[in-house]
Amino acid sequence: MRLAAPVKASPAKTEQIILFRVSGQLFAVSSSSVQEVRSADSMSGAATNISAPGLRKVRHVLRRGDRSLFIVNGAMHFGLHAAEGALLFVLRKTRTALMIDGIEKMTTMTRLQALPLSFCHEERQWYRGLTALDQTVVPVVHPEGFLSPAELALLDAALSEADKTTGEDLEGTSSAE
Amino acid sequence: MTISTELELQSFVLLRLGERRFAVSASQIAELVAPSRVFRFPHRTPKLEGVILRRGRIVPVCDVSEMLLGKRLTSRRFYLIAARNYGAQREWVAMPVTGECELINAEMMAAVESDAPHVAGWLSHDGEVIEVLNLDTLTPGPEHALAESAARQTPEAQS
Repeated sequence: MRLAAPVKASPAKTEQIILFRVSGQLFAVSSSSVQEVRSADSMSGAATNISAPGLRKVRHVLRRGDRSLFIVNGAMHFGLHAAEGALLFVLRKTRTALMIDGIEKMTTMTRLQALPLSFCHEERQWYRGLTALDQTVVPVVHPEGFLSPAELALLDAALSEADKTTGEDLEGTSSAE
Repeated sequence: MTISTELELQSFVLLRLGERRFAVSASQIAELVAPSRVFRFPHRTPKLEGVILRRGRIVPVCDVSEMLLGKRLTSRRFYLIAARNYGAQREWVAMPVTGECELINAEMMAAVESDAPHVAGWLSHDGEVIEVLNLDTLTPGPEHALAESAARQTPEAQS
């Protein structure tokens, strides 16, 4: 009699994550969602000011060719104590560059638990879920959750308004010359 | 001739919040646990303090004392973990309570229209009339968020 071949336990589905801090609070993001990590200082020359009504978390925009990346202050987004971020995460497939305090470490999560349904406000857009790591619970952020389509529309409008003003200023200068 | 009244006894867990006692249907209660570390992270849902880890599950902690007593409790001795319905889904919610809980059998009188939405009914125990809580309306959920956003939009629509 042949015994059935032992069933191999399938390895738990894991995901590489980056643990980072904003205003002292720990968060996680999938490392595959982070396209670039830059120091905030290195971006200071390239970024231009932007001001959209009612959207205080975005003050700067980075132009990359015909693409604009909005720099979101993580502390303001989450309603934490305002802090000057030291690093920027350029988030893949989004128009967001997230300003954070710093990276804690890279690690692996084996289980992402859905955000309990009791959490029923903006946080449902902010987080993909929660994960338990070393006896602590860390929210895993949603890269698309930092700027809603409505906020992006506001920022685009502010951007085109700023471009128009700059264009008019240049025209005024050249005609004066 | 004797008339026998058949009482429909149900099981309830009595919980204490400050000086008052409330009841929850025993069928909704999972366990009573000692306070453990509450993990807090940014969110915008009122009444939610954070989450606790319990048997590998992440359970939200919902402080209902302000809604029931009009003030927040400073002392808490246990977390009562109960099931809360979200449509077809059921999830655990941990509620801080100040005293030990008691399991009783009693007959519940159904709530009437004038009762607050969080009142599922009333029961009489030890000479005390006790509110039976409806956790589905007492603790936050998607329906609360919808109601709040509707309430926010109404004055704007009227102006």
